[in-house]
Amino acid sequence: MSDEIADLVIIGSGPAGMAAACEARSAGLSVVVLDEQQAIGGQIYRRVETAPSSLLEILGKDYTAGQKLIAEFRSSGARCIAGATVWNVTTEGVVNYVTDGHADEISGRFVLLASGAMERPFPIQGWTLPGVMGAGAGQIMLKGAGAVPAEPVILAGCGPLLYLLAWQYIRAGVKIAAVVDTTKRSALFSALRHFVGAVKGWRDLLKGIKLIAAIRRHGVPIYSGATDLAITGIVRAEGIDFKIAGKPQHVAASLVLLHQGVVPNTQLSWSTGAKHRWDDQQLCWQPETDANGRLGDSVIYVAGDSRGIVGANASAVQGRLAALAMARQLGHADTAARVRRLLASLQRYTHVRPFLDTLYRPQQKNRIPDDDVLVCRCEEVTAGQIRKYVELGCKGPNQTKAFGRCGMGPCQGRLCGLTVTEVIAQKREVDPSEVGYYRIRPPIKPILLGTFAE
Amino acid sequence: MTISFEGKNLEVPAGISVASALLAGGARDFRSSIVGNAPRAPYCMMGVCFECLLEIDGVPARQSCLITVRDGMKIKQQLGAPELEDINAGVNHE
Repeated sequence: MSDEIADLVIIGSGPAGMAAACEARSAGLSVVVLDEQQAIGGQIYRRVETAPSSLLEILGKDYTAGQKLIAEFRSSGARCIAGATVWNVTTEGVVNYVTDGHADEISGRFVLLASGAMERPFPIQGWTLPGVMGAGAGQIMLKGAGAVPAEPVILAGCGPLLYLLAWQYIRAGVKIAAVVDTTKRSALFSALRHFVGAVKGWRDLLKGIKLIAAIRRHGVPIYSGATDLAITGIVRAEGIDFKIAGKPQHVAASLVLLHQGVVPNTQLSWSTGAKHRWDDQQLCWQPETDANGRLGDSVIYVAGDSRGIVGANASAVQGRLAALAMARQLGHADTAARVRRLLASLQRYTHVRPFLDTLYRPQQKNRIPDDDVLVCRCEEVTAGQIRKYVELGCKGPNQTKAFGRCGMGPCQGRLCGLTVTEVIAQKREVDPSEVGYYRIRPPIKPILLGTFAE
Repeated sequence: MTISFEGKNLEVPAGISVASALLAGGARDFRSSIVGNAPRAPYCMMGVCFECLLEIDGVPARQSCLITVRDGMKIKQQLGAPELEDINAGVNHE
């Protein structure tokens, strides 16, 4: 094992991580970036560096925009280690990781967690069947492999990514059997109280309106206000059942892509023992940080979507602000003017967020499912079983492990944690913040003991 | 390049993930769940759900969405939990 030391070690090479690296390098800091994927860019700018022009055309401007940040990152002098699975981060700045079966360690005077977002779990009947994936997963295949479904596909749920993928699929020539939209008709009225903010972020708002208009123009059936979603099929997905205004509907397809927004990937911040708070607007946990993203009085900062969903552009700005805060502590140049400019652009990029969060708030039934729905995919624990545990005295997610191994499979609670918190909170009739989350401990990814025996 | 899945050869483009290559090649069943033995396939494609686990070149329970295809790769379904006697490289932590 090496004992390399850098001023800043960044985990994640998405917008927040890359922008932080650029800013830190400008201030003279030495920077090492680790990413689990084989190519830099995170999920949003996956493979944008090498994607063929036909794919850039399909994916659109917001994707291609990533090339500028990647170019800045490439010329910044930051060292990048791809394919690195980080399994431990200490509050003193030690980072343990594995690349290609080889264990290694690096220390940072500061560490930035920029692990981004993941799709919110969508626990409904049949969501574990082959042929059911996240819409984000569908987009990853398009970006990463240029692969599109050969058969007609159903897109179900809500949120900007769902409509963006529909638009991209149309441009790629994919047949869309239906868009099953779970956005409640009443949500627009609740969202309107954030309309002033949204108007300030009018560019984002307009983008969304244009997307939905384009999808309609191409004759894709859109079912609005869908409730009671259930995937049909025994060993593979065959379609989806749902209701519109109480009336049962069915659409058949061998591939159903689900999406109801993204949530912070907080596995790393939890594992450091940092405090997190339940955000009732975004319905997820967010690490408690200072204005620059610092966790308590540790050397760890968090930036971008892993600190709370803000989107790619705002994530990049947060990364830069965090890097400047670290640079100041290391005694580097006066940053006040630069910080002022960055704060102004951060505000511009986040104006639309409360409007989006309210409009696309996932339906309660799609987060807190009926008794017969699997919540923990790994250990196969249903919502009903979790409610039984509560009746027997189970107070929070940690105890569900002892009651029935819930959250103890290889995903380490990533795909069930939020659901378990909300199911217990509802059953106990308390706030999710009172219920808490799993205690996440390193290693935060399964690792082979053989790697360390070498 | 050529990879094999359950003994069947597949021609796949270089530089893409094993999970993408197999899904694009028409594969649906990747693994079976460890409790109920139910069929499962990739869900997230970004390394968080662990539904894409496969045996790759003799090492069980690999996240196939994070591994790039290599010519000659031999891939098998991951049925149930990994078996200890099959493992030369070590044991999985979980």
